[in-house]
Amino acid sequence: MSEPLRFHFDVDGSNFTSAGEASIQIKQKLRQLGFAPDIIKRVAISMYEGEINMVIHAGGGTADVYVLPETIKIVLEDHGPGIADVELAMQEGFSTAPDSVRSLGFGAGMGLPNMKRYTDNMIIETELGKGTKITMTVNVPRQ
Amino acid sequence: MKIRRIKELLDAQVLCGEEYLDNEVYSACGSDMMSDVLAFVKDQAVLLTGLVNPQVIRTAEMMDMKCIVFVRSKMPTADMIALAKQTGIVLLASKLRMYEACGKLYAGGLTGGMENE
Repeated sequence: MSEPLRFHFDVDGSNFTSAGEASIQIKQKLRQLGFAPDIIKRVAISMYEGEINMVIHAGGGTADVYVLPETIKIVLEDHGPGIADVELAMQEGFSTAPDSVRSLGFGAGMGLPNMKRYTDNMIIETELGKGTKITMTVNVPRQ
Repeated sequence: MKIRRIKELLDAQVLCGEEYLDNEVYSACGSDMMSDVLAFVKDQAVLLTGLVNPQVIRTAEMMDMKCIVFVRSKMPTADMIALAKQTGIVLLASKLRMYEACGKLYAGGLTGGMENE
């Protein structure tokens, strides 16, 4: 298999309740494709945190997942406000989320650090006023 | 510990997943912050929380958890129960506060699963 399987999702920014639907679908697809549970969990958590971020901060966006036997790539793209200080945003506990989000159990400043923690590589491309693109990869060890 | 035993120890009501009460779970965690659950939980199959919104169910689903206990008499919405049914997660509701609920389970032998860390 040289061509990756590609899954595309639109993440609805107006609806906090539906955040996570794309991640759940990917979880199910990867399970059907026979990936190991820990790989599936890492992909699902990273993508889920990304989805939550896009809903909280950017009014939604898109998620594309490219699946190859040896690697899974997740590309999250939004047209939100961008990240002013990426280094600061990567610190655990730093958050610009409003209190309303905190009362929903998120906004603790763990989103981006979690995404980095659970993936093998994460690239953040961001421009103030334009948006943010995050590319994450999870490597699949040979069985 | 069987999920049924959790129900007994916490004098909890079963909101869905009655058919899974005899499943075994080996460790638990308690948190109202879903980001922390996503960050720190490893294989804990039970989540105790006082937070009520659909992302609680999704977070548990992401972490492959088997059972959620709502403490402090918090009640999930019908949407949340439907979501949990779909994924086969047991939902319990207890009147106990978080500290007491965690304490009872720990004393009953259900630990945090981090003893070897």
